[in-house]
Amino acid sequence: MRHQFSVKVGPVGFRVGSAWRAPVAALRHLYAQYPQPDGGITDFTVRLEPETMLRRWVRQSVAIEGDFMLPGAVPMALRHGLLAAEMGMNLQMAMGQRHFLLLHASSVERGGKVLIITGESGSGKSTLSALLGERGWRFMGDEFALIDPLTGLAHPFPRPISLKNEAIMVMADRVGAGRMGPLLADTPKGDIRHLIPSADALANMMVPGVPALILFPRFGHAAEVRTMGTSEVFVRLTQASTNYVALGERGFGALTRLVTQVPVRAIDYPDTESAIALVDQLWAELA
Amino acid sequence: MVEPIYTADPASGFHSVRLDSLTAIYHRRSGVTHVVAEPVPEIIVSLAGKQLNVAQLCGDLIADPALVEGDETRRALQARLDELEEVGLVSLA
Repeated sequence: MRHQFSVKVGPVGFRVGSAWRAPVAALRHLYAQYPQPDGGITDFTVRLEPETMLRRWVRQSVAIEGDFMLPGAVPMALRHGLLAAEMGMNLQMAMGQRHFLLLHASSVERGGKVLIITGESGSGKSTLSALLGERGWRFMGDEFALIDPLTGLAHPFPRPISLKNEAIMVMADRVGAGRMGPLLADTPKGDIRHLIPSADALANMMVPGVPALILFPRFGHAAEVRTMGTSEVFVRLTQASTNYVALGERGFGALTRLVTQVPVRAIDYPDTESAIALVDQLWAELA
Repeated sequence: MVEPIYTADPASGFHSVRLDSLTAIYHRRSGVTHVVAEPVPEIIVSLAGKQLNVAQLCGDLIADPALVEGDETRRALQARLDELEEVGLVSLA
């Protein structure tokens, strides 16, 4: 590929190749503080290529390719090339990661203990982890929590945080433009802008923690805390994991250990301040 | 009519974890996870590596002799065995 980029995020090394300069330039800006893969060896490769030769120059559109591909995925506009690269990296992890049990969740750490926040798209897990990461917690990741089947520890995967729509303004005001990526307007997911994790989150990207509390947040309802049955949590986390089936019994062991040892609560919240208050309260009570 | 005899993989073929009122069972041969309620874990323990008919299984599972002999008990157990056979956790010997 003409333009190359490689980066290490937590325990995972990526290489991104692109037919165009712009997506790689955006990645270099966003990941400027990140280390290079150990020994230059990467786990996954993403390729951003024109759908056809013509699309390299005319109505440029980016097809996401790599070690693992989704047949029939719709190409994206070149102006969203950064998003295509990020989606490609997520796809490689979701489909190819075999060392860790992957949970579609954000996570933050305090005092060696990890809060895992999972739930549907739109539940606010990215925004909550981003806010907590600016309030004394160590941000560990907003997309995947990596659970080591051998130790049960949660490992960081602190990619830039994908903020959407209203959350962009909230965080940009707080951290300043220097830690924000470019605005990607009108993507299929709305407006997106990435937040670069804090220096502390990046410096400690290889430091795991002990899972201590799992939350299932739901935005848009009056503040409430509910307990959940262990079997319900187990089933929902199998659904939230992209590689549970692929890991076989290692995945079963990791997930049953997690759900039988770590307290879980579902929380409803009307706004982010209420959510933070609930997190503080539950952390003090349970973690 | 020949009375059906049921069997299941030996105990080493399963990894079971009690979650709450339900139990998660990982079936090693198929790689499939099942989340099941009573009396499924007990049925699998009784049948693991053995061959039993419904009456013998009833005797294994139920302490009360009156219940063991009851048609309703056997019908209920037969229904569970049919379900378990369908998902591959037990099979006809």
